[in-house]
Amino acid sequence: MTAEPLLEVTDLVRHYPAGKGLLGMGSSKGVVKAVDGVTFAIGPGETFGLVGESGCGKTTIAKLILRIEPPTSGRIMFDGRDVARLTGKELLAYRRSVQAVFQDPFGSLSPRMRVADIVGEILEIHTSMTPAAIATRVGEVLDLVGLRPDQARLFPHEFSGGQRQRIAIARALAADARMLVLDEAVSALDVSIRAQVITLLEQLQADLGVSYLYIGHDLATVSHLADRVGVMYLGRLCEVGDSVTVSTDPRHPYTQALFASALPHLPDDADAAREVAVPVTGEVPSALNPPSGCRFHPRCPLAEARCSAEEPVLVQVDEAHHAACHLLPLTVGRR
Amino acid sequence: MTGDVLLDVQDLETEYRAFGGSRVIKAVDGVSFTLEAGQTIGLVGESGCGKTTTCLSIMRLLPAGARVTGGRVLLEGRDLAQLSDREMQHVRGNEIGMILQDPMASLNPLFTLYDQVREPAYHHRGLRGGALRERVLSLLGSVRIPSPEVRMREYPHQMSGGMRQRIAGAIALSAAPKVIIADEPTTSLDVTIQAQYLDLLKSLQRDTGVGLIFVTHDLGIVAKMCDDVMVMYAGRTVEHGPVRQVFGQARHPYADALLRSVPKMGSKEPLFRIDGQPPNLADLPPGCAFEPRCPHAITECAQAVPPLLEVGPGHTSACIRSVELAAAGAAAPGADGGEA
Ligand SMILES: Nc1ncnc2c1ncn2[C@@H]1O[C@H](COP(=O)(O)OP(=O)(O)O)[C@@H](O)[C@H]1O
Ligand SMILES: Nc1ncnc2c1ncn2[C@@H]1O[C@H](COP(=O)(O)OP(=O)(O)O)[C@@H](O)[C@H]1O
Ligand SMILES: [Mg+2]
Ligand SMILES: [Mg+2]
Repeated sequence: MTAEPLLEVTDLVRHYPAGKGLLGMGSSKGVVKAVDGVTFAIGPGETFGLVGESGCGKTTIAKLILRIEPPTSGRIMFDGRDVARLTGKELLAYRRSVQAVFQDPFGSLSPRMRVADIVGEILEIHTSMTPAAIATRVGEVLDLVGLRPDQARLFPHEFSGGQRQRIAIARALAADARMLVLDEAVSALDVSIRAQVITLLEQLQADLGVSYLYIGHDLATVSHLADRVGVMYLGRLCEVGDSVTVSTDPRHPYTQALFASALPHLPDDADAAREVAVPVTGEVPSALNPPSGCRFHPRCPLAEARCSAEEPVLVQVDEAHHAACHLLPLTVGRR
Repeated sequence: MTGDVLLDVQDLETEYRAFGGSRVIKAVDGVSFTLEAGQTIGLVGESGCGKTTTCLSIMRLLPAGARVTGGRVLLEGRDLAQLSDREMQHVRGNEIGMILQDPMASLNPLFTLYDQVREPAYHHRGLRGGALRERVLSLLGSVRIPSPEVRMREYPHQMSGGMRQRIAGAIALSAAPKVIIADEPTTSLDVTIQAQYLDLLKSLQRDTGVGLIFVTHDLGIVAKMCDDVMVMYAGRTVEHGPVRQVFGQARHPYADALLRSVPKMGSKEPLFRIDGQPPNLADLPPGCAFEPRCPHAITECAQAVPPLLEVGPGHTSACIRSVELAAAGAAAPGADGGEA
């Protein structure tokens, strides 16, 4: 990444009071450390991937960036401005620049609105375009995502899942967004439709220079789409680096376990994978009172005494490749 | 390891009827396969192609409005259609186990794990007292439930998703069935939990010789788990054969395109894109259902439904151009088998 980052997240923290949510009457038994000190940056035209098992804090990061929720502490800078301090016109401009596409396109598109209005609404909010100009722009962006402009008069239920996801992308891009937050945006799609949407995202990025924060649980898709990837475990980043490097030469034992669990591409890889797999057992512990020291230590096949005592920080292991593990030199070549 | 034919599905056809029969959907159209002891066959295809309906037809668990309209299902030579409901119920608990995508669908929230896992062993195997308790403990242990003596007194809501799915597996295994049908059992699980679960199923299969039908939309699962694969499209089999052969050189353009549209770990190679979407089953074209999306289609493809043709040992493809395209190397550059 050479240019100034477009988005810069520093020491981001989001804690939730435990017990709230379901019954709303939890006694203060502690906090859920959903996001607990996360730092990364995304450049213009870059795709940053976030991976990790469910509950590790990926969606919370998306919500903080989108200002759906405020961080407990830490800072989010967009284009050199502190996002927390934006108000009025500046906040509106920020909301216009950073758009989201979530997993369930049906849930995020109002069923009673026509596609023309779903996509046009963004332009109505953020621009002073005339209705005629809006209609033209809607036609343009529908064309951009591979739909026909005349489909603008249809309702969301008249489309397939993949088409609805295209509508969500068209809406996100209509007002010249500079960054899309894609939270499991292709996860619910079938294989052939997923490939269509992935190629569309790649095409749009090449044409428009838009940046992506791509959150997903399918490691091969993330490694394919992202330039750099961050691996999360219980609210923290345990490894960050070039996506091909991280997926082929992971250094943190958790990343190694995670990628060893990924499904093979070919049957022959299945045999190879079994021999090198780093055994990881058990499940992710709760983000409520996470383990001391390195949060992965209870499941780590290499853990030592200091792993439960001291929390490791991200250190550079290679050019543009960082990992947070006390045993770092030892983990090299474990796969 | 493999050997006797356990299950023989011949030309299965199943229809859903809606609006008083004015709308007929042929969800399964002429599906055939055999399953041997210790073998795993993958049923793969995109949503709506008829995978679940195939399984429900085998199990005789179709919803109202659906009907098997052709073909036979033989379990060790017995035609399942000829069995009484009572006999079929016995087959379901005792000889064919089922694991579903949503484990809560096979778990009763009101009963403890002990009661649920015990049930098939009690009814179908006739185990009682200490022997029954032992069986439940060993099943929970075999699906790696930690401290089973404690956990067996708990309820499904006290378990994580991965644990619930393992318990659904224990229930399916409880009566020691010959065949297990697993319908997308790991779709809702995280990758590490999924890998643990798949390894577990494999090791249980090694121990018991159970035949597995694995339904999935994920080709990676097929690569990891299956001996044979059957690729379905719009209710029909388009390609069927040994996994290594199909993944090495897919012979049907849809199967080939599907394999090449999946991202490969650490690879930036552009994905192959199949345009369009699967057809509406209520309104199928007269010819090959993939013809409208197929890059290799010719006039004849739109005229009649192509039959399954043998393209290799135990390997069939429903494309009239299979042989010609393979010779030209067009439909079958394979999935780049040689690349690291
Ligand atoms: N509103 C909330 N109240 C309490 N806990 C929450 C809330 N939202 C998320 N969490 C918790 O924060 C953690 C991270 O959740 P999330 O960001 O959704 O993870 P991911 O997207 O990686 O699956 C989880 O333990 C989750 O239960
Ligand atoms: N209860 C039902 N009534 C009518 N049509 C159904 C019903 N269940 C499934 N279908 C149709 O049958 C086809 C096959 O469905 P299914 O077997 O569930 O596919 P898969 O499991 O491959 O996703 C689909 O097109 C679906 O719309
Ligand atoms: Mg999430
Ligand atoms: Mg299904």
